[in-house]
Amino acid sequence: MSLRITIATARRALAQLRRDPRTIALILVVPPALLTLLRYVFDSNPAAFQRVAVPLVGLFPLIVMFLVTSIAMLRERTGGTLERLMSMPLAKLDLLAGYGLAFASVAAAQACITSVVAFRLLHVETAGSPALVVTLAVCNALLGVALGLFLSAFATSEFQAVQFMPAVLLPQIILSGLFVPRAELPRALRIVSALLPVSYAYDGLARVAAGLVDARLWADCLIVLASVVLALAVGASTLRRRTP
Amino acid sequence: MIPGLTVDVRRGAVTGLLGPSGGGKSTLMRAVVGVQQITSGTVEVLGLPAGSPALQRRVGYMTQARSVYGDLTVGENLRYFADVLDVRTRVAGVVHTVDLDGRERELVRELSGGEQSRVSLAVALLGQPELLVLDEPTVGLDPLLRRDLWSMFHRLAADGVSLLISTHVMDEAEHCDELLLLREGRLLAAGTPAELGAGSGIEAAFIRLAEAR
Repeated sequence: MSLRITIATARRALAQLRRDPRTIALILVVPPALLTLLRYVFDSNPAAFQRVAVPLVGLFPLIVMFLVTSIAMLRERTGGTLERLMSMPLAKLDLLAGYGLAFASVAAAQACITSVVAFRLLHVETAGSPALVVTLAVCNALLGVALGLFLSAFATSEFQAVQFMPAVLLPQIILSGLFVPRAELPRALRIVSALLPVSYAYDGLARVAAGLVDARLWADCLIVLASVVLALAVGASTLRRRTP
Repeated sequence: MIPGLTVDVRRGAVTGLLGPSGGGKSTLMRAVVGVQQITSGTVEVLGLPAGSPALQRRVGYMTQARSVYGDLTVGENLRYFADVLDVRTRVAGVVHTVDLDGRERELVRELSGGEQSRVSLAVALLGQPELLVLDEPTVGLDPLLRRDLWSMFHRLAADGVSLLISTHVMDEAEHCDELLLLREGRLLAAGTPAELGAGSGIEAAFIRLAEAR
């Protein structure tokens, strides 16, 4: 593992993203725009909006970074650049950490903008600190990066990679408690949801929103970060030096 | 993959790997570089097992795909791979070698196919490799560009670099110092173009050898 290579990889990934200003604009503008839309959809039920607003600020980066990473990684795999890198003195961890660093910083920017819109313009209230919401958002973005990296190994086209979002991420979000509190789920679904990392990502955000900065919150964070490490480790095993 | 094959690539020589598509050229090259999964047998390169960390700088590899980032400039591509190899000072030199001086700020995806191949070749040259493995570097290029590339390969060979170059264009055999003819995963013959009877055309020699089997 080399800091030089990790930083070079992060800079390279950001340079590629910079060449695509429309994607950057979409990453930064769509989440606050959707949040604003929801604010007016829930105009007659502000309490419902308050309940979902903070978790959404922290879950958008998960979805977006999942998509960005799976496409970026798929391009590396299909364009031959991954094979070239694997023939060079680059540790797999350098590549993963480089991507993580690059996309986590984009996610931080996204979460900051969404937070400002949510807390200043839309008057979303949070008992916990907005900085904590942004921190959790960055952790969730890392989860998105790790899951995207892992799943890109199973996609052979960009169409497939995009379809993994509704296939893998959406069920987790539906079960996370965002729509229906997990305690109200049927027993079988509750057990399934307890095994899914996004449930803990949601729970952490909901706790910050309610001002419950307690041991459960740190446990949620730890579970999310442990899931990141697990997904990265499994993802790294799909980056093979030798392929058939 | 290729039963009982020992390949001699002479130092400072251009060795051509000739044969039809699907004949095992890419597989052999990937095995030499150490990115091919090998079911049995061993591959040694420069006295070390293929793909071992000590070889990662000594062997330069250019895949059939361009293997460079189309959405980065020539300079950004080279600086990134140079950072990976820790040879940042080599960038200007390889740009000059592949004749892309003054083009560093252009996006790779906006270059012609031949120019993109040269960017890919420049990346393969970054580590000052002793062995350069090039998989169909001239495919789809116009004849003038192909001629220029081959003279570049000979310049590199004259500097002591060993080159292993695959092609399915039989005419390119005459550019090589040594030839390996590969068909259906087997070595048909090895030798200099003259030894293989290329005088009557390498295509005819290939047919003769393949039918003699």
